[in-house]
Amino acid sequence: MRILIRVAAAAMIAGLYLGLVWAPEDAILGQVQRIFYPHVATAWNAYLAFTVVLVGSIAYLRTRNEAWDRLAASSAEIGVVFTTLVLLTGPIWARAVWGVWWTWDPRLTTTLILWFIYVGYLVLRAAIDQPDRRARIAAVFGIIGFIDVPIVHFSVTWWRTIHPSVIRPGKLDLEPAMLVALLVNVAAFTLLYAVLVACRTRLERVSAAVAALRERLRSA
Amino acid sequence: MVRFARKVGLIAFRELQAEARTKEAFVAMLVFALLVAVVFSFALNPGREAREEIFPGLLWVTFFFAGLLGLGRSFAGDRGFEPLGGLLLAPVDRAAIFFGKAAANLVLVGIVELAALPVFSAFFDIRLPLSDGRLWASLVLGTLGFILGGTFMAALAANARAAELLLPLLLFPVLVPVVIAAVQTTGGVLARALTEELAFGYRILVVYTVVFLAAPWLLFEYLLES
Repeated sequence: MRILIRVAAAAMIAGLYLGLVWAPEDAILGQVQRIFYPHVATAWNAYLAFTVVLVGSIAYLRTRNEAWDRLAASSAEIGVVFTTLVLLTGPIWARAVWGVWWTWDPRLTTTLILWFIYVGYLVLRAAIDQPDRRARIAAVFGIIGFIDVPIVHFSVTWWRTIHPSVIRPGKLDLEPAMLVALLVNVAAFTLLYAVLVACRTRLERVSAAVAALRERLRSA
Repeated sequence: MVRFARKVGLIAFRELQAEARTKEAFVAMLVFALLVAVVFSFALNPGREAREEIFPGLLWVTFFFAGLLGLGRSFAGDRGFEPLGGLLLAPVDRAAIFFGKAAANLVLVGIVELAALPVFSAFFDIRLPLSDGRLWASLVLGTLGFILGGTFMAALAANARAAELLLPLLLFPVLVPVVIAAVQTTGGVLARALTEELAFGYRILVVYTVVFLAAPWLLFEYLLES
């Protein structure tokens, strides 16, 4: 655990340096392009986090092992944080490059809906007190929410194709140095995700133990 | 299969009978739908062209919001803390309970829609191409997807505190495909779009319906454990 935290910290610093200093300035977009590195890295990890929610949810319903539920809950929370970062860093770039904070581009729209689905997941968890019921119901929602995402994406894509959009993101041909910076950032954020999930599941485990102890004290 | 359908029918009948006794949800949905039409007219006060453009969206938003009033009640209401009470003791497959509830919701919301449709048509002065099968396909598939997804989410939310508050929060993000495809296909038919242009929208509605027909078989029983 200690080692994981150190490696992740080193990778984050390296990622920041490579992205902010080392990688060349974009010839057309300028310095604002540098937000691309953390943006893509957090986006990839948000998808990873929600996939882990799906896996944890299915595994919980099959095994009824609370560890899976704690993993799903932790991963959902971190996924929402990462998606929030994606939705904040994206507009900063978009304002400079596209001239608007927001456009109903399929990828943007799907990401926004994704955020709503998993915020809903967290609100749902908060609204159920019994631990086993909370785990069971949240798992069902975790599965349904994930299955729904591709359909959302298809529908949004179709919606956008019949409404012509003014602004389209340009194709990104990456300079080798930029690709290196991107990959290091993706790796660094993935390590950060792993650290956060490890900490968060431990916290979840400890607070469940505290709740159980408190229950025992009350009944004694 | 026939026996399963019979059980679904019996549960749906029981639900409708309970509703017929009070008509609470039905009257609320219907009056709310008409009220929304009036509120939209005041709030937007659209001209001729704008009216044609926003009509399909207004229609579906009204159906979704009105339907939500009924959906929220189908697993809560008079049944106390446990979402279903006596129905769980019935010797039927859990999926039959889901489809029975969904069928009852479909009938209620369907009637509300049929009643609201001519009123909307008159209020916004939109001629509906009633002989065009594509309009009915859009209405039926959109409603079906909404009811299946909505009934499932209502059962899910019924397990939580403040289920009525939670239901729209959980349902609408998941309902996005239906919102888009239903509004676009209905709007396309009204604007005399070519069928090929709308085919993908109908396909989205069908896929959504199939997913939410399949999901209860796999997942619904987990919502009813206690």
